[in-house]
Amino acid sequence: MTIPQLSIFIENRSGTLIKVLDALKEANIQIVASTIADTAEYGIYRLICSEPMRACEELKKANVAVALSDVFAIEIDDQPGRAAEAVKLFSEAGISITYMYSFLLRGKGVLIFRTDDGEKAAKVIKDNNLKSIDEAALALWA
Amino acid sequence: MYSNYFNPEVETLSRSEIEALQLERLQKTVHHCMNNEFYRKKFAETGITPDDIKTLADVRKLPFTTKQDLRDTYPFGMCCVPMKDCVRLHSSSGTTGNPTVILHTKKDLDEWANQVARNLWMVGLRPDDVFQNSSGYGMFTGGLGFQYGAEKLGMLTIPAAAGNSLRQIKFIKDFGTTAIHAIPSYVTRLYEVMKEEGVDPRRDTKLKVLAIGAEPHSEEQRKRIEEMMGVKAYNSFGMSEMCGPGVGFECPEQNGMHFWEDYYIVEIVDPETLEPVPDGEIGELVLTTLCREAMPLLRYRTRDLTRILGRTCPCGRNHIRIDRMRGRSDDMIVLRGVNIFPIQIEKILMKFPEVGTNYLITLTTEDNNDQMTVEVEVNEGTDDFAKLKALSEELRHQLGDEILLKPRVRLVSKGSLPVSEGKAVRVVDKRKVYQ
Repeated sequence: MTIPQLSIFIENRSGTLIKVLDALKEANIQIVASTIADTAEYGIYRLICSEPMRACEELKKANVAVALSDVFAIEIDDQPGRAAEAVKLFSEAGISITYMYSFLLRGKGVLIFRTDDGEKAAKVIKDNNLKSIDEAALALWA
Repeated sequence: MYSNYFNPEVETLSRSEIEALQLERLQKTVHHCMNNEFYRKKFAETGITPDDIKTLADVRKLPFTTKQDLRDTYPFGMCCVPMKDCVRLHSSSGTTGNPTVILHTKKDLDEWANQVARNLWMVGLRPDDVFQNSSGYGMFTGGLGFQYGAEKLGMLTIPAAAGNSLRQIKFIKDFGTTAIHAIPSYVTRLYEVMKEEGVDPRRDTKLKVLAIGAEPHSEEQRKRIEEMMGVKAYNSFGMSEMCGPGVGFECPEQNGMHFWEDYYIVEIVDPETLEPVPDGEIGELVLTTLCREAMPLLRYRTRDLTRILGRTCPCGRNHIRIDRMRGRSDDMIVLRGVNIFPIQIEKILMKFPEVGTNYLITLTTEDNNDQMTVEVEVNEGTDDFAKLKALSEELRHQLGDEILLKPRVRLVSKGSLPVSEGKAVRVVDKRKVYQ
Protein backbone atom coordinates (compact mmCIF):
# COMPACT_ATOMS: atom_id res chain seq x y z
CA MET A 1 0.00 0.00 0.00
CA THR A 2 2.91 2.29 0.64
CA ILE A 3 6.23 2.78 -1.05
CA PRO A 4 9.52 4.10 0.28
CA GLN A 5 10.31 7.68 -0.54
CA LEU A 6 13.57 9.54 0.01
CA SER A 7 13.31 12.98 1.64
CA ILE A 8 16.39 15.11 1.27
CA PHE A 9 17.20 18.41 2.92
CA ILE A 10 18.04 20.89 0.18
CA GLU A 11 19.45 24.28 1.01
CA ASN A 12 18.50 27.05 -1.43
CA ARG A 13 21.94 27.43 -2.90
CA SER A 14 23.36 26.51 -6.25
CA GLY A 15 25.20 23.22 -6.22
CA THR A 16 23.18 21.43 -3.58
CA LEU A 17 20.77 19.66 -5.93
CA ILE A 18 23.48 18.54 -8.32
CA LYS A 19 25.38 17.00 -5.42
CA VAL A 20 22.40 14.72 -4.75
CA LEU A 21 21.81 13.89 -8.40
CA ASP A 22 25.47 13.14 -8.99
CA ALA A 23 25.52 10.76 -6.05
CA LEU A 24 22.49 8.92 -7.46
CA LYS A 25 24.05 8.83 -10.90
CA GLU A 26 27.28 7.38 -9.47
CA ALA A 27 25.26 4.68 -7.73
CA ASN A 28 23.29 3.95 -10.91
CA ILE A 29 19.95 4.68 -9.24
CA GLN A 30 16.95 5.33 -11.45
CA ILE A 31 14.64 8.15 -10.43
CA VAL A 32 10.98 7.33 -11.05
CA ALA A 33 9.44 10.58 -9.81
CA SER A 34 10.58 13.55 -7.81
CA THR A 35 9.47 16.91 -6.53
CA ILE A 36 10.99 19.80 -4.61
CA ALA A 37 8.96 21.75 -2.08
CA ASP A 38 10.61 24.97 -1.05
CA THR A 39 10.58 27.66 1.62
CA ALA A 40 12.59 30.88 1.62
CA GLU A 41 15.78 29.23 2.86
CA TYR A 42 15.57 25.53 2.19
CA GLY A 43 13.47 22.83 0.66
CA ILE A 44 12.73 19.14 0.84
CA TYR A 45 13.52 17.11 -2.25
CA ARG A 46 11.27 14.05 -2.32
CA LEU A 47 11.89 11.21 -4.67
CA ILE A 48 10.77 7.77 -5.63
CA CYS A 49 13.53 5.64 -7.11
CA SER A 50 14.79 2.18 -7.76
CA GLU A 51 16.47 0.43 -4.81
CA PRO A 52 15.46 3.08 -2.26
CA MET A 53 17.38 1.42 0.59
CA ARG A 54 20.62 1.37 -1.35
CA ALA A 55 19.96 4.88 -2.66
CA CYS A 56 19.58 6.06 0.92
CA GLU A 57 22.86 4.45 1.96
CA GLU A 58 24.70 5.91 -1.01
CA LEU A 59 23.37 9.38 -0.29
CA LYS A 60 24.41 9.14 3.36
CA LYS A 61 27.88 8.15 2.23
CA ALA A 62 27.90 11.26 0.03
CA ASN A 63 27.17 13.35 3.15
CA VAL A 64 23.57 14.12 2.21
CA ALA A 65 20.92 14.56 4.92
CA VAL A 66 18.34 12.01 3.81
CA ALA A 67 15.43 10.19 5.42
CA LEU A 68 13.45 7.20 4.22
CA SER A 69 9.73 7.28 4.80
CA ASP A 70 6.67 5.45 3.53
CA VAL A 71 4.15 7.28 1.41
CA PHE A 72 0.89 6.14 -0.19
CA ALA A 73 0.97 5.42 -3.88
CA ILE A 74 -2.23 4.73 -5.75
CA GLU A 75 -2.79 4.04 -9.39
CA ILE A 76 -5.57 5.78 -11.29
CA ASP A 77 -6.74 5.81 -14.90
CA ASP A 78 -5.20 8.48 -17.09
CA GLN A 79 -8.48 10.31 -17.62
CA PRO A 80 -9.92 13.68 -16.56
CA GLY A 81 -11.58 13.58 -13.12
CA ARG A 82 -9.93 10.44 -11.71
CA ALA A 83 -7.65 12.34 -9.33
CA ALA A 84 -10.58 14.38 -8.05
CA GLU A 85 -12.57 11.23 -7.35
CA ALA A 86 -9.70 9.66 -5.46
CA VAL A 87 -8.89 12.70 -3.34
CA LYS A 88 -12.58 13.22 -2.57
CA LEU A 89 -12.67 9.88 -0.78
CA PHE A 90 -10.02 11.06 1.66
CA SER A 91 -11.50 14.49 2.19
CA GLU A 92 -14.91 12.94 2.87
CA ALA A 93 -13.27 10.79 5.53
CA GLY A 94 -11.89 13.95 7.15
CA ILE A 95 -8.30 13.17 6.18
CA SER A 96 -5.91 15.97 5.21
CA ILE A 97 -3.38 15.43 2.49
CA THR A 98 -0.07 16.93 3.60
CA TYR A 99 1.46 16.88 0.14
CA MET A 100 0.91 15.14 -3.13
CA TYR A 101 2.60 14.71 -6.46
CA SER A 102 1.80 12.63 -9.45
CA PHE A 103 3.34 11.13 -12.51
CA LEU A 104 2.45 8.93 -15.44
CA LEU A 105 3.77 5.44 -15.70
CA ARG A 106 2.99 3.07 -18.53
CA GLY A 107 -0.24 4.74 -19.39
CA LYS A 108 -1.45 4.94 -15.79
CA GLY A 109 -1.53 7.87 -13.42
CA VAL A 110 0.16 7.47 -10.05
CA LEU A 111 -0.63 9.66 -7.03
CA ILE A 112 2.00 9.84 -4.31
CA PHE A 113 0.83 11.44 -1.09
CA ARG A 114 1.15 11.68 2.66
CA THR A 115 -1.80 12.29 4.98
CA ASP A 116 -2.22 13.46 8.54
CA ASP A 117 -3.71 10.08 9.48
CA GLY A 118 -2.02 7.06 7.91
CA GLU A 119 -4.24 4.43 9.51
CA LYS A 120 -7.47 6.07 8.44
CA ALA A 121 -6.09 6.64 4.94
CA ALA A 122 -5.14 2.97 4.64
CA LYS A 123 -8.69 2.05 5.56
CA VAL A 124 -10.09 4.37 2.88
CA ILE A 125 -7.84 2.76 0.29
CA LYS A 126 -8.91 -0.71 1.37
CA ASP A 127 -12.61 0.02 1.69
CA ASN A 128 -12.78 1.65 -1.73
CA ASN A 129 -10.61 -0.94 -3.44
CA LEU A 130 -8.21 1.70 -4.66
CA LYS A 131 -5.30 0.19 -6.52
CA SER A 132 -2.26 0.87 -4.47
CA ILE A 133 1.29 0.25 -5.49
CA ASP A 134 3.88 -1.41 -3.29
CA GLU A 135 7.61 -1.67 -3.36
CA ALA A 136 7.58 -4.93 -5.31
CA ALA A 137 5.55 -3.32 -8.09
CA LEU A 138 7.89 -0.37 -8.04
CA ALA A 139 10.93 -2.61 -8.43
CA LEU A 140 9.39 -4.06 -11.59
CA TRP A 141 9.11 -0.63 -13.21
CA ALA A 142 12.47 0.70 -12.40
CA MET B 1 32.16 78.94 38.43
CA TYR B 2 32.92 75.27 38.03
CA SER B 3 36.43 73.98 37.46
CA ASN B 4 37.20 72.20 34.18
CA TYR B 5 38.14 69.15 36.21
CA PHE B 6 36.18 66.95 38.57
CA ASN B 7 39.33 65.85 40.43
CA PRO B 8 41.71 68.70 39.51
CA GLU B 9 44.37 67.48 41.93
CA VAL B 10 44.84 64.17 40.10
CA GLU B 11 43.63 64.97 36.60
CA THR B 12 46.28 67.65 36.09
CA LEU B 13 49.24 65.83 37.61
CA SER B 14 52.41 65.86 35.54
CA ARG B 15 53.70 62.58 34.13
CA SER B 16 56.31 62.20 36.85
CA GLU B 17 53.74 62.92 39.54
CA ILE B 18 51.38 60.34 38.05
CA GLU B 19 54.14 57.75 37.98
CA ALA B 20 55.17 58.45 41.58
CA LEU B 21 51.56 58.04 42.67
CA GLN B 22 51.28 54.81 40.68
CA LEU B 23 54.38 53.31 42.29
CA GLU B 24 53.12 54.13 45.76
CA ARG B 25 49.71 52.61 45.01
CA LEU B 26 51.18 49.58 43.25
CA GLN B 27 53.31 48.76 46.30
CA LYS B 28 50.27 49.13 48.51
CA THR B 29 48.18 46.95 46.19
CA VAL B 30 50.76 44.17 46.04
CA HIS B 31 51.00 44.15 49.85
CA HIS B 32 47.22 44.07 50.02
CA CYS B 33 47.12 41.04 47.70
CA MET B 34 49.10 39.09 50.28
CA ASN B 35 45.87 38.90 52.30
CA ASN B 36 44.62 36.39 49.77
CA GLU B 37 45.70 32.79 49.41
CA PHE B 38 45.44 32.75 45.61
CA TYR B 39 47.93 35.62 45.35
CA ARG B 40 50.20 34.28 48.09
CA LYS B 41 50.47 31.01 46.17
CA LYS B 42 51.00 32.78 42.86
CA PHE B 43 53.71 35.00 44.33
CA ALA B 44 55.41 32.00 45.92
CA GLU B 45 55.38 30.18 42.56
CA THR B 46 57.01 33.10 40.78
CA GLY B 47 59.37 33.85 43.66
CA ILE B 48 58.10 37.42 44.02
CA THR B 49 57.65 39.30 47.26
CA PRO B 50 55.98 42.68 47.64
CA ASP B 51 59.37 44.19 48.46
CA ASP B 52 60.58 43.40 44.94
CA ILE B 53 58.46 46.26 43.61
CA LYS B 54 60.91 49.15 43.78
CA THR B 55 60.16 51.00 40.56
CA LEU B 56 57.09 51.28 38.36
CA ALA B 57 58.81 49.09 35.74
CA ASP B 58 58.87 46.31 38.34
CA VAL B 59 55.20 45.77 37.59
CA ARG B 60 56.50 43.49 34.82
CA LYS B 61 57.87 41.14 37.46
CA LEU B 62 54.33 40.42 38.57
CA PRO B 63 52.45 37.44 37.20
CA PHE B 64 49.56 38.03 34.81
CA THR B 65 45.99 37.44 35.90
CA THR B 66 43.49 35.96 33.44
CA LYS B 67 39.78 35.41 33.17
CA GLN B 68 40.53 31.75 33.81
CA ASP B 69 41.97 32.69 37.23
CA LEU B 70 38.68 34.36 38.04
CA ARG B 71 36.78 31.27 36.96
CA ASP B 72 39.07 28.93 38.88
CA THR B 73 38.61 30.89 42.08
CA TYR B 74 34.85 31.24 41.65
CA PRO B 75 33.08 32.68 43.51
CA PHE B 76 35.06 34.42 46.23
CA GLY B 77 38.58 33.01 45.92
CA MET B 78 40.21 36.27 44.83
CA CYS B 79 38.66 38.46 47.47
CA CYS B 80 41.26 40.29 49.57
CA VAL B 81 38.99 41.65 52.30
CA PRO B 82 36.65 39.95 54.79
CA MET B 83 33.36 39.11 53.03
CA LYS B 84 31.46 41.28 55.52
CA ASP B 85 33.15 44.32 53.94
CA CYS B 86 31.78 43.52 50.48
CA VAL B 87 28.60 45.33 49.52
CA ARG B 88 28.16 44.53 45.82
CA LEU B 89 28.65 41.61 43.51
CA HIS B 90 28.62 41.68 39.72
CA SER B 91 28.84 38.49 37.75
CA SER B 92 29.30 37.52 34.13
CA SER B 93 26.86 35.10 32.53
CA GLY B 94 29.29 32.20 32.88
CA THR B 95 30.08 31.26 29.36
CA THR B 96 32.22 28.16 29.21
CA GLY B 97 32.28 27.18 32.85
CA ASN B 98 32.11 29.15 36.04
CA PRO B 99 31.01 32.73 35.67
CA THR B 100 33.37 35.45 36.84
CA VAL B 101 32.46 37.31 39.98
CA ILE B 102 33.62 40.78 40.92
CA LEU B 103 33.15 42.02 44.47
CA HIS B 104 33.14 45.61 45.66
CA THR B 105 33.51 47.27 49.04
CA LYS B 106 31.76 50.55 49.80
CA LYS B 107 34.97 52.37 48.95
CA ASP B 108 35.31 50.44 45.68
CA LEU B 109 31.84 51.57 44.66
CA ASP B 110 32.65 55.13 45.58
CA GLU B 111 35.90 55.08 43.59
CA TRP B 112 34.06 53.54 40.67
CA ALA B 113 31.42 56.28 40.79
CA ASN B 114 34.21 58.84 41.01
CA GLN B 115 35.78 57.61 37.76
CA VAL B 116 32.44 57.82 35.95
CA ALA B 117 31.70 61.25 37.42
CA ARG B 118 35.16 62.45 36.35
CA ASN B 119 34.46 61.25 32.82
CA LEU B 120 31.08 62.91 32.54
CA TRP B 121 32.42 66.15 34.01
CA MET B 122 35.28 66.03 31.50
CA VAL B 123 32.85 66.23 28.58
CA GLY B 124 31.03 69.21 30.03
CA LEU B 125 28.29 67.77 32.21
CA ARG B 126 27.50 69.63 35.46
CA PRO B 127 25.01 69.20 38.32
CA ASP B 128 22.30 71.09 36.45
CA ASP B 129 22.35 68.52 33.64
CA VAL B 130 19.82 65.71 33.25
CA PHE B 131 21.35 62.30 32.57
CA GLN B 132 19.35 59.49 31.02
CA ASN B 133 20.98 56.11 31.33
CA SER B 134 19.54 54.04 28.48
CA SER B 135 21.72 51.08 29.22
CA GLY B 136 20.90 47.65 30.59
CA TYR B 137 20.82 47.43 34.37
CA GLY B 138 21.11 44.34 36.49
CA MET B 139 24.39 42.50 36.20
CA PHE B 140 25.44 44.64 33.23
CA THR B 141 27.73 47.20 34.84
CA GLY B 142 26.80 49.94 32.37
CA GLY B 143 23.58 50.42 34.29
CA LEU B 144 24.54 50.91 37.92
CA GLY B 145 28.02 52.17 36.98
CA PHE B 146 26.70 55.21 35.15
CA GLN B 147 23.84 55.62 37.61
CA TYR B 148 26.15 56.04 40.60
CA GLY B 149 28.64 58.13 38.63
CA ALA B 150 26.04 60.55 37.30
CA GLU B 151 24.54 60.88 40.77
CA LYS B 152 27.96 61.46 42.28
CA LEU B 153 28.49 64.28 39.81
CA GLY B 154 25.18 65.64 41.02
CA MET B 155 23.02 65.30 37.95
CA LEU B 156 19.37 64.39 37.92
CA THR B 157 19.74 60.80 36.78
CA ILE B 158 17.06 58.75 35.05
CA PRO B 159 17.53 54.96 35.13
CA ALA B 160 15.61 54.56 31.87
CA ALA B 161 17.38 51.24 31.09
CA ALA B 162 17.47 49.81 27.58
CA GLY B 163 14.55 49.49 25.21
CA ASN B 164 11.06 50.98 24.89
CA SER B 165 12.16 53.75 22.56
CA LEU B 166 8.89 55.68 22.63
CA ARG B 167 9.12 56.02 26.40
CA GLN B 168 12.80 56.99 26.12
CA ILE B 169 11.90 59.78 23.71
CA LYS B 170 9.09 60.96 25.98
CA PHE B 171 11.56 61.12 28.90
CA ILE B 172 14.09 63.03 26.80
CA LYS B 173 11.46 65.62 25.90
CA ASP B 174 9.54 65.82 29.19
CA PHE B 175 12.48 65.74 31.60
CA GLY B 176 14.78 67.91 29.51
CA THR B 177 17.44 65.21 29.18
CA THR B 178 20.79 66.73 28.23
CA ALA B 179 22.93 63.59 28.19
CA ILE B 180 22.33 59.95 27.28
CA HIS B 181 24.44 56.88 27.83
CA ALA B 182 23.70 53.93 25.56
CA ILE B 183 25.39 51.42 23.35
CA PRO B 184 25.98 52.97 19.89
CA SER B 185 23.51 50.74 18.06
CA TYR B 186 20.81 51.77 20.48
CA VAL B 187 21.43 55.47 19.86
CA THR B 188 20.91 54.77 16.17
CA ARG B 189 17.73 52.90 16.94
CA LEU B 190 16.52 55.78 19.09
CA TYR B 191 17.15 58.17 16.23
CA GLU B 192 15.14 55.97 13.83
CA VAL B 193 12.17 56.07 16.19
CA MET B 194 12.56 59.83 16.69
CA LYS B 195 12.38 60.24 12.92
CA GLU B 196 9.25 58.10 12.70
CA GLU B 197 7.68 60.17 15.48
CA GLY B 198 8.63 63.46 13.83
CA VAL B 199 11.00 64.37 16.66
CA ASP B 200 14.07 66.34 15.61
CA PRO B 201 16.77 65.91 18.26
CA ARG B 202 18.27 69.31 17.41
CA ARG B 203 14.97 71.18 17.57
CA ASP B 204 12.92 69.22 20.07
CA THR B 205 15.43 68.12 22.72
CA LYS B 206 18.03 69.69 25.00
CA LEU B 207 20.59 66.98 24.29
CA LYS B 208 24.22 68.04 24.36
CA VAL B 209 26.27 64.93 25.13
CA LEU B 210 26.17 61.22 24.29
CA ALA B 211 28.26 58.62 26.05
CA ILE B 212 28.65 55.48 23.94
CA GLY B 213 30.48 52.27 24.66
CA ALA B 214 30.33 48.56 25.51
CA GLU B 215 30.05 47.72 21.83
CA PRO B 216 32.75 47.97 19.20
CA HIS B 217 32.15 50.79 16.77
CA SER B 218 34.16 52.63 14.18
CA GLU B 219 35.02 56.31 13.89
CA GLU B 220 32.54 56.56 10.98
CA GLN B 221 29.77 55.14 13.12
CA ARG B 222 30.54 57.70 15.80
CA LYS B 223 30.48 60.53 13.26
CA ARG B 224 27.19 59.26 11.87
CA ILE B 225 25.69 59.21 15.37
CA GLU B 226 26.94 62.75 16.01
CA GLU B 227 25.43 63.96 12.74
CA MET B 228 22.10 62.28 13.43
CA MET B 229 21.72 63.54 16.96
CA GLY B 230 23.46 66.86 16.47
CA VAL B 231 25.66 66.41 19.55
CA LYS B 232 29.09 65.06 20.43
CA ALA B 233 29.36 61.35 21.17
CA TYR B 234 32.18 60.28 23.49
CA ASN B 235 33.67 56.82 23.55
CA SER B 236 33.64 55.03 26.88
CA PHE B 237 35.70 52.02 27.92
CA GLY B 238 34.86 49.74 30.77
CA MET B 239 34.96 46.12 31.74
CA SER B 240 33.32 44.44 34.68
CA GLU B 241 36.62 42.99 35.88
CA MET B 242 37.94 46.53 36.42
CA CYS B 243 34.59 47.69 37.91
CA GLY B 244 32.65 48.54 34.77
CA PRO B 245 32.45 51.81 32.85
CA GLY B 246 34.73 54.54 34.07
CA VAL B 247 38.14 53.06 33.27
CA GLY B 248 38.64 55.18 30.16
CA PHE B 249 36.76 57.98 28.45
CA GLU B 250 37.36 60.51 25.71
CA CYS B 251 37.94 64.13 26.53
CA PRO B 252 36.58 66.89 24.26
CA GLU B 253 39.66 66.43 22.02
CA GLN B 254 38.23 63.03 21.00
CA ASN B 255 41.72 61.75 20.35
CA GLY B 256 41.79 58.53 22.33
CA MET B 257 40.34 57.65 25.71
CA HIS B 258 42.08 58.86 28.85
CA PHE B 259 42.69 55.84 31.05
CA TRP B 260 42.88 57.02 34.64
CA GLU B 261 46.36 56.21 35.77
CA ASP B 262 45.72 57.07 39.40
CA TYR B 263 43.41 54.01 39.28
CA TYR B 264 45.19 51.72 36.82
CA ILE B 265 48.57 50.83 35.42
CA VAL B 266 48.14 50.44 31.67
CA GLU B 267 50.38 48.11 29.68
CA ILE B 268 50.12 47.07 26.05
CA VAL B 269 51.80 43.74 25.40
CA ASP B 270 52.32 41.39 22.52
CA PRO B 271 49.67 38.71 23.12
CA GLU B 272 52.11 35.98 22.03
CA THR B 273 55.33 36.96 23.80
CA LEU B 274 53.65 39.02 26.54
CA GLU B 275 56.46 41.56 26.13
CA PRO B 276 55.56 45.26 26.02
CA VAL B 277 55.10 46.79 22.56
CA PRO B 278 56.25 50.35 21.73
CA ASP B 279 53.74 53.19 21.98
CA GLY B 280 51.57 53.35 18.86
CA GLU B 281 51.78 49.63 18.17
CA ILE B 282 48.76 47.41 18.61
CA GLY B 283 48.87 44.85 21.38
CA GLU B 284 46.80 43.45 24.20
CA LEU B 285 45.63 45.80 26.89
CA VAL B 286 46.78 44.73 30.36
CA LEU B 287 45.46 46.53 33.42
CA THR B 288 46.52 46.57 37.06
CA THR B 289 44.12 48.08 39.56
CA LEU B 290 45.63 50.55 42.03
CA CYS B 291 42.73 51.45 44.32
CA ARG B 292 40.68 48.30 44.63
CA GLU B 293 40.02 46.86 48.09
CA ALA B 294 37.82 43.82 47.52
CA MET B 295 39.39 42.45 44.37
CA PRO B 296 42.62 44.03 43.25
CA LEU B 297 43.74 42.57 39.92
CA LEU B 298 47.38 42.44 38.93
CA ARG B 299 48.27 42.62 35.25
CA TYR B 300 44.85 41.49 34.11
CA ARG B 301 44.87 40.37 30.50
CA THR B 302 41.80 42.06 29.01
CA ARG B 303 42.18 40.35 25.60
CA ASP B 304 41.25 43.66 24.02
CA LEU B 305 43.62 44.82 21.30
CA THR B 306 44.48 48.50 21.15
CA ARG B 307 47.42 50.90 21.23
CA ILE B 308 48.78 53.86 23.14
CA LEU B 309 48.16 57.15 21.34
CA GLY B 310 50.00 59.45 23.73
CA ARG B 311 50.60 60.47 27.31
CA THR B 312 49.83 64.17 27.16
CA CYS B 313 46.82 66.04 25.84
CA PRO B 314 45.85 69.65 25.05
CA CYS B 315 42.96 69.22 27.50
CA GLY B 316 45.47 69.43 30.35
CA ARG B 317 45.17 65.81 31.44
CA ASN B 318 48.37 63.81 31.23
CA HIS B 319 46.70 60.47 31.74
CA ILE B 320 47.53 57.99 29.00
CA ARG B 321 45.45 58.11 25.82
CA ILE B 322 44.29 54.75 24.46
CA ASP B 323 42.84 54.12 21.01
CA ARG B 324 39.42 52.57 20.51
CA MET B 325 39.52 48.79 20.77
CA ARG B 326 40.75 47.20 17.54
CA GLY B 327 39.68 43.64 18.14
CA ARG B 328 40.32 40.77 20.50
CA SER B 329 43.25 38.47 21.12
CA ASP B 330 40.75 35.68 21.79
CA ASP B 331 37.62 34.73 19.88
CA MET B 332 35.16 36.66 21.99
CA ILE B 333 32.44 38.48 20.06
CA VAL B 334 30.99 41.70 21.38
CA LEU B 335 27.51 42.16 19.96
CA ARG B 336 25.10 44.84 21.16
CA GLY B 337 27.06 45.09 24.39
CA VAL B 338 26.89 41.35 25.05
CA ASN B 339 30.05 39.25 25.23
CA ILE B 340 29.78 35.96 23.38
CA PHE B 341 32.24 33.14 22.93
CA PRO B 342 31.79 30.80 19.95
CA ILE B 343 32.16 27.85 22.34
CA GLN B 344 28.77 28.82 23.80
CA ILE B 345 27.19 28.29 20.39
CA GLU B 346 28.98 24.97 20.07
CA LYS B 347 27.74 23.84 23.47
CA ILE B 348 24.11 24.33 22.46
CA LEU B 349 24.52 22.72 19.03
CA MET B 350 25.93 19.62 20.72
CA LYS B 351 22.54 19.09 22.34
CA PHE B 352 20.81 18.73 18.96
CA PRO B 353 21.52 15.45 17.14
CA GLU B 354 19.57 16.81 14.15
CA VAL B 355 22.36 19.27 13.39
CA GLY B 356 26.11 18.95 13.05
CA THR B 357 28.67 20.62 15.26
CA ASN B 358 30.13 22.70 12.47
CA TYR B 359 28.77 26.19 12.45
CA LEU B 360 29.42 29.63 11.06
CA ILE B 361 28.61 32.86 12.86
CA THR B 362 28.11 35.88 10.63
CA LEU B 363 27.83 39.35 12.11
CA THR B 364 26.21 42.00 9.97
CA THR B 365 24.81 45.47 10.35
CA GLU B 366 21.32 45.89 8.96
CA ASP B 367 19.35 49.09 9.32
CA ASN B 368 21.98 50.16 11.81
CA ASN B 369 21.32 47.11 13.96
CA ASP B 370 23.97 44.50 14.54
CA GLN B 371 22.75 41.01 13.78
CA MET B 372 24.10 37.56 14.35
CA THR B 373 23.30 34.70 12.02
CA VAL B 374 24.27 31.18 13.00
CA GLU B 375 24.48 28.70 10.16
CA VAL B 376 24.24 25.05 11.11
CA GLU B 377 24.26 21.90 9.06
CA VAL B 378 21.20 19.68 8.97
CA ASN B 379 22.42 16.21 9.83
CA GLU B 380 19.32 14.13 9.38
CA GLY B 381 16.84 14.14 6.56
CA THR B 382 13.18 14.63 7.30
CA ASP B 383 9.98 14.54 5.33
CA ASP B 384 8.41 17.18 7.53
CA PHE B 385 8.78 20.95 7.11
CA ALA B 386 7.21 21.52 10.51
CA LYS B 387 10.11 19.62 12.09
CA LEU B 388 12.66 21.81 10.32
CA LYS B 389 10.85 24.94 11.40
CA ALA B 390 10.56 23.70 14.97
CA LEU B 391 14.24 22.79 14.92
CA SER B 392 15.40 26.24 13.88
CA GLU B 393 13.00 27.87 16.36
CA GLU B 394 14.26 25.70 19.21
CA LEU B 395 17.87 26.38 18.24
CA ARG B 396 17.16 30.10 18.17
CA HIS B 397 15.46 29.90 21.53
CA GLN B 398 18.17 27.90 23.26
CA LEU B 399 20.96 29.94 21.71
CA GLY B 400 19.14 33.04 22.85
CA ASP B 401 19.03 31.75 26.43
CA GLU B 402 22.72 30.97 26.32
CA ILE B 403 24.13 34.11 24.71
CA LEU B 404 21.41 36.51 25.90
CA LEU B 405 20.32 37.64 22.46
CA LYS B 406 18.44 35.73 19.82
CA PRO B 407 20.44 35.06 16.68
CA ARG B 408 19.00 34.15 13.32
CA VAL B 409 19.39 30.47 12.61
CA ARG B 410 19.96 29.25 9.09
CA LEU B 411 19.83 25.58 8.31
CA VAL B 412 22.32 24.62 5.61
CA SER B 413 23.35 21.47 3.78
CA LYS B 414 25.50 18.90 5.45
CA GLY B 415 29.17 19.33 4.63
CA SER B 416 28.82 22.92 3.44
CA LEU B 417 30.50 24.59 6.44
CA PRO B 418 34.17 24.58 7.42
CA VAL B 419 35.10 21.52 9.47
CA SER B 420 35.86 21.80 13.15
CA GLU B 421 39.44 20.52 13.01
CA GLY B 422 42.26 23.00 12.82
CA LYS B 423 41.84 26.73 12.54
CA ALA B 424 38.42 26.84 10.96
CA VAL B 425 36.86 30.22 10.44
CA ARG B 426 33.94 30.28 12.83
CA VAL B 427 33.13 33.96 12.83
CA VAL B 428 32.73 36.26 9.87
CA ASP B 429 32.45 39.84 11.04
CA LYS B 430 30.96 42.01 8.32
CA ARG B 431 30.25 44.89 10.69
CA LYS B 432 33.58 46.49 9.80
CA VAL B 433 33.66 48.13 13.21
CA TYR B 434 37.34 47.59 13.80
CA GLN B 435 38.26 49.47 10.60
